[in-house]
Amino acid sequence: MKFSIVIYAAPYSSEAASSALRFARSVIDQGHELYRLFFFGDGVHNASQLTVVAQDENNLQQQWNDLIEEHSIDSVICVSSALRRGVLNQTEADRHDLGTASAYTSSEVAGLGQLVDAAIHSDRLVNFG
Amino acid sequence: MTENSKPQKSRITFISRAAPYGQNKANLCLDMALASAVFEQDVNYIFFGDGVYQILKGQDGSAIESKTLGNALETLELYGIEKIYADRQSLEERDISEPELLPGMQIVDSDSIAKMIESSDTVFNL
Repeated sequence: MKFSIVIYAAPYSSEAASSALRFARSVIDQGHELYRLFFFGDGVHNASQLTVVAQDENNLQQQWNDLIEEHSIDSVICVSSALRRGVLNQTEADRHDLGTASAYTSSEVAGLGQLVDAAIHSDRLVNFG
Repeated sequence: MTENSKPQKSRITFISRAAPYGQNKANLCLDMALASAVFEQDVNYIFFGDGVYQILKGQDGSAIESKTLGNALETLELYGIEKIYADRQSLEERDISEPELLPGMQIVDSDSIAKMIESSDTVFNL
């Protein structure tokens, strides 16, 4: 079955982002197709690479990045949500003269059209947050 | 849209359950619906629970330096979203009557909403 996952929740504030990550792993482990991850609203913080966590805690952002890279997952962060939260790739950082890119390069910065596309082409679209 | 995607029409139902101010869920839900309409999907938009506070007339977000969500909702029809519903029970529980609502809202009961969910390809519940 073809799944897409929408993440509205910031990491650490609630269980939702962590649940989404575990759900994404299960989708892959059980042999389903993960069509797309879409990070929206506060969810874009999951794609931030400028994070440091305590040694005995999980770095959710890094775990998302590892999963996305390992399985070449199509992962999108919503551009309008990301810009106002300071989650920028190099292209956006350059465009707005902000110097530093803060987003992992494993996710693409794009618009809501990618979410609509995921809704149309997935058998199941599962929301967290 | 990705290159391999064929143009396709899905029925997408949005159930907006959050109050208009204090958090951004109502705005996120609206943004997703407008994007779906721009990509010519068949959209249902349902105000449910505290979401019915979004459709009260006479909103003014300026006191909290916020955009007035009610004004944005009045543009739904311009974007081609014409199937806009409010849950009757949610209105009754909050003592809101039809004249207090923005124009263009259809008040429906939970049976109708259940049928809309049943007939939808995708449901967003935010």
